[in-house]
Amino acid sequence: MASPVPTGDIPSLFSSRRRRLLTGRHSRLVSSLSTVVVLGVLSAIVFYAPGGVAFRHFFFDPHQMWIALVGSHQGLASVGKGIVTNVWMFSLCEVLVLIFGLLLAWVRISRAPVLAPLRALATIYTDVFRGIPILLVFIIVGFGLAELNIGWISHQTPAFYGCVAITLTYTAYVAEVYRAGLHSVPHGQILAARSLGLSQPATMRQVIFPQAVRTVIPPLLNDFISMQKDTALVSILGIVEAVQSAQIDAAQNFNDSGLVVAALLFLLMTVPLTRLTDRLIAKDRTRRLAGAA
Amino acid sequence: MSVLGFHNVSKRFGTTEVLRGVTLELNRHDVVCVIGASGSGKSTLLRCANLLERVDGGDVTLFGQSLLDPRIDENLVRRHIAMVFQSFNLFPHLSVLQNVMLGPVHALKRPTDEVRVDAMALLERIGLATRADEYPERLSGGQQQRVAIVRSLAMQPSLLLLDEVTSALDPTLVGEVLELLRELAHEGTTMLLATHEMGFAREVATTVAYLDEGVVIEAGTPGQMLDAPEHELTRAFLSRVRS
Ligand SMILES: Nc1ncnc2c1ncn2[C@@H]1O[C@H](COP(=O)(O)OP(=O)(O)O)[C@@H](O)[C@H]1O
Ligand SMILES: [Mg+2]
Repeated sequence: MASPVPTGDIPSLFSSRRRRLLTGRHSRLVSSLSTVVVLGVLSAIVFYAPGGVAFRHFFFDPHQMWIALVGSHQGLASVGKGIVTNVWMFSLCEVLVLIFGLLLAWVRISRAPVLAPLRALATIYTDVFRGIPILLVFIIVGFGLAELNIGWISHQTPAFYGCVAITLTYTAYVAEVYRAGLHSVPHGQILAARSLGLSQPATMRQVIFPQAVRTVIPPLLNDFISMQKDTALVSILGIVEAVQSAQIDAAQNFNDSGLVVAALLFLLMTVPLTRLTDRLIAKDRTRRLAGAA
Repeated sequence: MSVLGFHNVSKRFGTTEVLRGVTLELNRHDVVCVIGASGSGKSTLLRCANLLERVDGGDVTLFGQSLLDPRIDENLVRRHIAMVFQSFNLFPHLSVLQNVMLGPVHALKRPTDEVRVDAMALLERIGLATRADEYPERLSGGQQQRVAIVRSLAMQPSLLLLDEVTSALDPTLVGEVLELLRELAHEGTTMLLATHEMGFAREVATTVAYLDEGVVIEAGTPGQMLDAPEHELTRAFLSRVRS
């Protein structure tokens, strides 16, 4: 029998030694090593830089960090107390945004003639609040509403105005996320549901919504992460939240370690969310690939 | 007795006239096959029957009642007319069993336990009862399309619309789907099909209608239509399909 490859001329199918080291069985070892090297270089820079000592003292002094966290005896500001403000504000706003965002998305995608004028308003609303920097929204809502002097609306706490501004802005973002999710469900699904005699609300509940949720969750978590960070901006309304507390603390003690504490606290809140988002995206990807057979 | 009637139906999308005066009648137990080139308006015609599209002129009747009547509830109409699609359109987030149960439970509001028994019987019939709890994406195309067919049967419709239900299938899987349709035809199910399966049409159709650019050029028994078409356009179409 004729062999397709002439004997004595068999091509090598082995990968090179260097490639095996980088991608093969030892790749875990290689990746650990490279992590150590990268971290080492970064710490060396902080340690041996000409201003290294001052830098460490100003930003990473453990004693100062602790004082900033719990508050000094003078009791002016504590980052730990401040972060509580951030947490309750974004927790409340997340719930509100989930509800209002859905309403706004529903108005924008519905074709009911009664909603036509609302639809135009909803489009303008989305454009405006996605276009204006949130800092301006804080100022307009926080100082503007109070200035207008219209009954109870103008006599609220700064925290109330802060929540209103965050909710207004993020409702616009989240509505778009919902809308994209609802549109991601193939039209054939709607045709099939309607052909079974399902009413429009039943089609929404049984067919469109359960499928849209999967696409919506990762971008929704993304928006929540940026919302959590944006709660730091309410300090412009005179609210003493974590970052503001850290600044007060820094001015008092001539030390910026409190700012690092604030940064760490924000990381503590956002990192679990980012990890969760990544996990969900990966899971969704696997599911789609499995379904694409 | 007339189940479905198209009376001089016309339909436009923008300025393109997709249906131009179609007249077609289905009586109980009829199997009507609409044949015609892609783009001739077959899908549009079927979708006008269950009100997924609104006609621009003429009339569509179900049991002699005009579907253009403003008092018509389209959801009620669709409970009598089931539709099966070329691309199956099974619900990917529901199990095979849940797919079959969705219509009876949420449109007909029948008790879940009762619906489950009926749905299992339907799956039994197509030999997929053991796969009831799996998700549709795990099934082959032929199995998925058969599930889609029994999903529509679960509504106990008076009429079945089938839009090129074998066109998206691997050739080896077409047979099992046609076999199921053949059984339904022998049981007397009233069906309106858009199809390219000439052999199937010859075997089970009571009427074959040739549609060309939104016009029914001619209609008749399969023998007459497939062996001795009168119209030049029909002959040309058939020779294209057969070659
Ligand atoms: N929703 C729609 N909007 C615009 N044009 C359409 C729409 N649906 C179908 N058409 C057009 O109508 C014609 C007939 O389409 P269709 O009924 O799908 O034909 P067939 O099923 O015979 O292939 C085609 O030219 C198609 O492009
Ligand atoms: Mg078609």
